[in-house]
Amino acid sequence: MTTPPNVPLEPHAVDPHAFDNPVTGASQLLDSAEEVHVGLTLDAVRPPSEEEILTVENLTVEFPTEDGLVHAVRGVSYTLREREVLGIVGESGSGKSVSSLAVMGLLPKSARVKGRILFRGDDMLKMSARRQRGLRGRKIAMVFQDPMTALNPVHTIGDQLAEAVLAHELMPRKTALARAKEMLDLVGIPQAEARLRSYPHEFSGGMRQRAMIAMAVINNPDVIIADEPTTALDVTVQAQILEKLLEVKDAVNAAIVLITHDLGVIAGMAHRVLVMYAGRPVELGDTDSVFEEPRMPYTAGLLGSIPSLDKGSGSARLRPIKGTPPSLINLPTGCPFSPRCPLATDVCRTEEPPLAETDGGGHYAACHHWDRLAAAEDPTEFFRTESETVA
Amino acid sequence: MTLSAQAPGPDTGAAQGMTIVARTQAQMVRRRFFRHRAALAGMIIFGFVLLLSFSSIGFLGIPGWWDKSYLATGALVNQGKPTLSVVPEFLGGSGIGLGEHPFGQDDIGVDYFAKTMRGAQQSIIVAFLVAIVATSVGTLIGAVAGYYRGKTESVLMRFTDVMITIPVLVIAAVIGRRFGDSGVVLLGTFIGLVIWPSMARLLRGEFLSLREKEFVEAARALGTPARRIIFRHILPNTVGVIIVAATLSVANAVLLESALSFLGLGVQAPDTSLGQLINEYRTAMVTRPWLFWWPGIFIIAIALSINFIGDGLRDAFDPRQTRVRA
Amino acid sequence: MSVKTHETPAPQREPDAGDHLLEVRDLVMNFPVRGGGFLRRVVAQVQAVSGVSLHVDEGETLGVVGESGCGKSTTGRAILQLHTPTSGSVRFQGRELVGLSAKQLQPVRRDMQIVFQDPYASLNPKLPVNDIVAEPLKVHGRWKDGGPEQVAELLRLVGLSPEHGNRYPHEFSGGQRQRVGIARALALEPKLLVLDEPVSALDVSVQAGVVNLLEDLQERLGLAYIFIAHDLSVVRHISDRVAVMYLGKVIETGPRDDLYDRPAHPYTQALLSAAPMANPKEERARERVILTGDVPSPLNPPSGCRFRTRCWKAQEICSVEEPALVDRGNGHPVACHFAEVTAR
Repeated sequence: MTTPPNVPLEPHAVDPHAFDNPVTGASQLLDSAEEVHVGLTLDAVRPPSEEEILTVENLTVEFPTEDGLVHAVRGVSYTLREREVLGIVGESGSGKSVSSLAVMGLLPKSARVKGRILFRGDDMLKMSARRQRGLRGRKIAMVFQDPMTALNPVHTIGDQLAEAVLAHELMPRKTALARAKEMLDLVGIPQAEARLRSYPHEFSGGMRQRAMIAMAVINNPDVIIADEPTTALDVTVQAQILEKLLEVKDAVNAAIVLITHDLGVIAGMAHRVLVMYAGRPVELGDTDSVFEEPRMPYTAGLLGSIPSLDKGSGSARLRPIKGTPPSLINLPTGCPFSPRCPLATDVCRTEEPPLAETDGGGHYAACHHWDRLAAAEDPTEFFRTESETVA
Repeated sequence: MTLSAQAPGPDTGAAQGMTIVARTQAQMVRRRFFRHRAALAGMIIFGFVLLLSFSSIGFLGIPGWWDKSYLATGALVNQGKPTLSVVPEFLGGSGIGLGEHPFGQDDIGVDYFAKTMRGAQQSIIVAFLVAIVATSVGTLIGAVAGYYRGKTESVLMRFTDVMITIPVLVIAAVIGRRFGDSGVVLLGTFIGLVIWPSMARLLRGEFLSLREKEFVEAARALGTPARRIIFRHILPNTVGVIIVAATLSVANAVLLESALSFLGLGVQAPDTSLGQLINEYRTAMVTRPWLFWWPGIFIIAIALSINFIGDGLRDAFDPRQTRVRA
Repeated sequence: MSVKTHETPAPQREPDAGDHLLEVRDLVMNFPVRGGGFLRRVVAQVQAVSGVSLHVDEGETLGVVGESGCGKSTTGRAILQLHTPTSGSVRFQGRELVGLSAKQLQPVRRDMQIVFQDPYASLNPKLPVNDIVAEPLKVHGRWKDGGPEQVAELLRLVGLSPEHGNRYPHEFSGGQRQRVGIARALALEPKLLVLDEPVSALDVSVQAGVVNLLEDLQERLGLAYIFIAHDLSVVRHISDRVAVMYLGKVIETGPRDDLYDRPAHPYTQALLSAAPMANPKEERARERVILTGDVPSPLNPPSGCRFRTRCWKAQEICSVEEPALVDRGNGHPVACHFAEVTAR
């Protein structure tokens, strides 16, 4: 395989004042502070194009275990466009991470992977191991949740970054190190030159995650898969990292698959959202329409479960989803959400609904009764608890 | 909200209406253990040795099914060669049978089968005593050091360090010389009092990590007395580690007893042990090899089978170390 | 629930007993870092909590927010005397707890309990749920008067079915385990519960159920809560008053809406602006304050104001003089020389 000419990195000029965002309540109280660094938002980066670079078709992943076959992923399909941020949201055990590990080819050998993973039209599952390696880490890169375990503690940051380059390209080590320094600068690590000689444990959590991002983008990838990149971090550091992710994405012109359980992160970061439940995609659509007009009761339930930062508790009581997610070994028949769903009817308990287009353009949901949600004024009202009606 | 109302799994071990994970830890341990082939083989072999040695010549005055004593001498038959035959007649052998002296006789005509069985009995008793004593002392010291920390820990662990630096064999030899002829019970107990330090270190480590667990903190927040925390909350969580370590120490103790007796410092004649038998007849290797091989085979069988059992238990208690492939 | 409005600048008040259910004053908690070697000399002090003062009244919820390492959990544990404070005072119902022996603390433990973050680590895996909930009753000699019925009642109270009491913790889901933890904490009918990140380990859909349960219990049993969390929206949802901590100090405290709507400390402002909201349009339009750098090490905190190293308002004075936590004309105490005064 020939290596394409190295595209020079030119960080997209970021000037927060260049974009006139409507001033919101949260920022109003800050207008006295001019020197404050205001973050980059999704609207400020280059928009996605129509070209599809990654297509996942009917991906299934199963793990044989002591207790039986775990159906971790059951038919996931999505497309990722150039420069797009696709958010995959779901709770623990929803298969969101496993499906992405499958794309990266990082699942244990025992996993049974079926379906198609097309990168620019080529099925990665049918490629030779060598070609797969050529893509993974270079054209498709990954950022993990826990940088401490993803980075090797016995090698310096510089060595690990250089190694990532040298694994895919022949060049003098010096050049690779220079590239590494450039990357550390890009992700905002001060004194990049000196930091190349540091070991991961000498970095703080936020810095390590920056180094991970540097490693992910060092080969100019087309796709960055970020698996809970900020879950282990504090809020203020999370804000730094998310901003950096957007900035870096723009610099290398990559698309991002952002996996998280945090609806707030998705809301600010993703163009489109894929909601997963029990190994299946249950809703897919533009971020705005999924959040404002959910067409799957599970999504509505999630939205009703999170308290708002805007309002006090006096007014709104939380509307939890009753029960717990099903075991991936013994899935209920029909819709896996039906045992917890306030809208469930007999058909839900016998027939699993496919992910089908609903009323909005490009808005898909796997629900027999999405029209009832569409008709409701407040989609979370179905999850109202008894005590709430009493009070 | 009530417990998830999921369909009962196909697994019959799971209680009604419970999910597939709903298996008690004991059940899981048993299941994993019985899947471990080497451990199962070890268990069968050790069970056979145990049964054979105690039932054949009897124990504590209870007579066994073997009519010869390990003390009574008799006339040497065929230079004391073993009469055990395992090659069937149609293959040109002398047929399957025990004969008069299956393991042969020693130089003064004592039945060597009875003697080997007696040796195995004594070795096993010493080994188990050592394991019990070492485990108890080690657990107690490790638990106290790990739970209380501070000065208590420093004193106990420095003492442990000192104990560990002295070669076990040296101390055991001194003890063996002094107590070797006072019977296996005393011998086993004293050796146990020497080899506890590794157990104490292990337990201290376990306690150090468990005491920081939130459930221990919760117990402290409730005002639970220290003794109750140690015995009710922490110790049961170390059972797996203790069982595994105790099992492996049995295997070590068998070898240690053999080594001592081989040096002539363990069990003294006319009583016998496997190590002592080897010591006695190591010069007979060439002339009458069976006198050396029989106790040797039994030492290996006992030590190996218990080691396998220990390995199996470790895997059963800590499945993270090995993935069971389906 | 009534929101306490008589906000008093704590440092200037005389210590008085019996006024509040719990009163913490200048709490300091240092953890020694020992070197290697035989003597294990103390080489440094981790200053986990450095002079925290706060109070809780009966039946109210005090939210304590901050990022990891700010000392919020240590404060909770020091209040319960799970750590012996280095200095300072913890008064519960007018009684000083610092310096009491384990025996003297025993009766106090009935009135103050704790719920932990990790529902997987906070329950003894070797005990069935019934025994876990019964443990406090047994330790305090209350098992004899109808122990089993009390346990069943407690399980019902937290929304679990008593029939499941003979099962082990691993058979329950995270949310159910957290309910068991709450039942255990309630067994001795406490007046104050320290809730240390009680929902942050739970999935979103389950988290809401536990939050609702905590609210119900407070209403029914008249409990006071210290709700420690890093999730700003949950804290806003459940608290009456909020204290924001940074590097071992309370930097701003006040009634909930006051603090969330009119944050005066730059750190509080940054924290609020960094917290993501599940509202795409607002999220994308929002201007975020992105703080630079990381939280400094509690081994060697900055002089003066501890936030100055990341603060965009920092000036000379901030490194010299530590700002006191007092009301600076914005209605609630703030520890900042340049606190924003907003018109009310």
